[in-house]
Amino acid sequence: MNSNHLTEAQTEAKHKQLGLSDEQVVDMYKYMLLARKFDERNLLLQRAGKTNFHVSGIGQETAQVASAFALDRERDYFLPYYRDYGFVLSVGMTLTELMMSAFAKAGDPNSGGRQMPGHFGSKRLRIVTGSSPVTTQVPHAVGIALAAKMQKKDIVSFVTFGEGSSNQGDFHEGLNFAGVQKLPVIFMCENNQYAISVPVRKQLGGKVSDRALGYGFPGIRVDGNDALEVYRVVKEARERAIRGEGPTLIEAMMYRLSPHSTSDNDLAYRTKEEVEENWKQDGIPRMKTYLIDQGIWSEEQDEALAREISEQLKEAIAAAENSPFPKPEDTLLHVYAGDKEVSAWQ
Amino acid sequence: MAVMEYIDAIRLAMKEEMQRDEAVFVLGEDVGVKGGVFTTTKGLQEQFGELRVLDTPLAESAIAGVAIGAAMYGMKPIAEMQYSDFMLPATNQIISEAAKIRYRSNNDWSCPVVVRAPIGGGIFGGLYHSQCPESIFFGTPGLKIVAPYSAYDAKGLLKAAIRDPDPVLFFENKKCYKLIKEDVPEDDYIVPIGKANVLREGSDITVIGYSLPLHFAMQAAEELANEQGISAHILDLRSLQPLDREAIIAAARKTGKVLIIHEDNKTGGVGAEVSAIIAEECLFELDAPIQRLCGPDVPAMPISPPMEKFFMLSKDKVKDAMLQLALF
Repeated sequence: MNSNHLTEAQTEAKHKQLGLSDEQVVDMYKYMLLARKFDERNLLLQRAGKTNFHVSGIGQETAQVASAFALDRERDYFLPYYRDYGFVLSVGMTLTELMMSAFAKAGDPNSGGRQMPGHFGSKRLRIVTGSSPVTTQVPHAVGIALAAKMQKKDIVSFVTFGEGSSNQGDFHEGLNFAGVQKLPVIFMCENNQYAISVPVRKQLGGKVSDRALGYGFPGIRVDGNDALEVYRVVKEARERAIRGEGPTLIEAMMYRLSPHSTSDNDLAYRTKEEVEENWKQDGIPRMKTYLIDQGIWSEEQDEALAREISEQLKEAIAAAENSPFPKPEDTLLHVYAGDKEVSAWQ
Repeated sequence: MAVMEYIDAIRLAMKEEMQRDEAVFVLGEDVGVKGGVFTTTKGLQEQFGELRVLDTPLAESAIAGVAIGAAMYGMKPIAEMQYSDFMLPATNQIISEAAKIRYRSNNDWSCPVVVRAPIGGGIFGGLYHSQCPESIFFGTPGLKIVAPYSAYDAKGLLKAAIRDPDPVLFFENKKCYKLIKEDVPEDDYIVPIGKANVLREGSDITVIGYSLPLHFAMQAAEELANEQGISAHILDLRSLQPLDREAIIAAARKTGKVLIIHEDNKTGGVGAEVSAIIAEECLFELDAPIQRLCGPDVPAMPISPPMEKFFMLSKDKVKDAMLQLALF
């Protein structure tokens, strides 16, 4: 009996070992593909002159979606960085909402059309508003974790950033603060090998994950193209945080498959061969293969999903295109609480 | 009412607000066990515990940034910068983040943080323990800035700052800590942000300023009244952002002769904006060119006593400027 059980456990699918149902793991894949298709479409929209700008996260969706699934998506606080479309979609932002942002429309819940796309924020979804100066969000995540500790709430804050950003003072100041106070915060570096044009070998003297040692908590490097591994380490980090054992630094290894943004020609600083080589590591087809191997997904379902996403994108774009811009004079609103005060200043 | 020092009034404001609202907490370097390098937070950790009076690592951007994060969550943090000279590492957090959080999120998020920082010289602090950095932050929409001169205002403005839904920089003058001693109510009151205060009614000249230099102006006004029969009208701005435009214009109109004083250096200082407001609104009602008496345009205050004295405003310097204006 016992030996039979053992064999069964050993052959149990990896996602089940991690506590993920078939439905959940398929859902993860759906969000990964959704983020990819959203991103690709935005590159086209910008090229077609429909939108002003797009900053891409292609190649990073696997880790983004997997980490979101490992968190409490109803209660935790999220501080994503500007490539995290996969993450924000997974915690509840809709395609239409993201398209509103891409078109800088009044209905953009992130900023009412004020910020560039990729600058997320939604109090309803506990996505904390972000800016463009990199890594400023790291101390904010620590502050939210401090507040959670003060109020004895069993939640965590989760913050992401690139490996270039990990050189900013706010990264080090934030991690040290969290280490001293043993705060429930998870730091995840999306190491995509490039800070615009500067490759990782000119950016880092060592490993990002090793830096955690200096701040007194674990640093873990994980294959960011392996959804289930990312899910596992983020889940464990969350459990540590909730137990009061403090922060975790995760360095998810990946590759930025697209140029930095629509204003960037990446072949000026890297070769086509290098990019093509990295497409082979892409986590999305890897996840698809896993699901098919498990017998819980098929090519037919995949084609249907692609059609469904395409339809959703069409609807989201139409909704955003047909929705109004902010009123010009609304530029003056929300400098301070209460609009009266603003007008009194002018 | 109790006679108390300016520093005691600041401490009392924090204590009362922490008693009133559990979301209020203080964080900064040495604020806990030591009670602050100036004793501003003395006794608070004993009363409120280690988490609510939090000794932080020595890293100003984290002090500001962690406070901003906690504020977005719904706390009411008071972040202490040990000296305003050391708050520049936190400037990105204050200007790029705190000031823009409400605006960039289209009013979805807000950042009710208070950043307290001691300003000013005259304590042999040298270049890096004497500065007045108001002009670095002044003119940044989204921030409010207050700089009290009196102990009464220090308490009332700090309480208003803590209750304010937006980020407030509270510039307390370290020379005023022990110098200014007066009656301060021991019960709850606030001084509204954005309202200037007439310290002295007069009819010959108007002095407009904030923080420590008003102490010199008040002494000089007394002497000029007794010695020369000159009647000085003195306006304490109290809030630098928003400036009380109506009070500034009324004070300028009152006498038609305006002297603006502050310790921050002259070029690009708050006085330049006050002067521009007067020029925009009531230039033809003036009887003399607008005058400014400010710190010199040098990088910061030297420690050597004669140099420090040269840099600082004083009763005699202010009195001389007031007399010259009265005689114009």
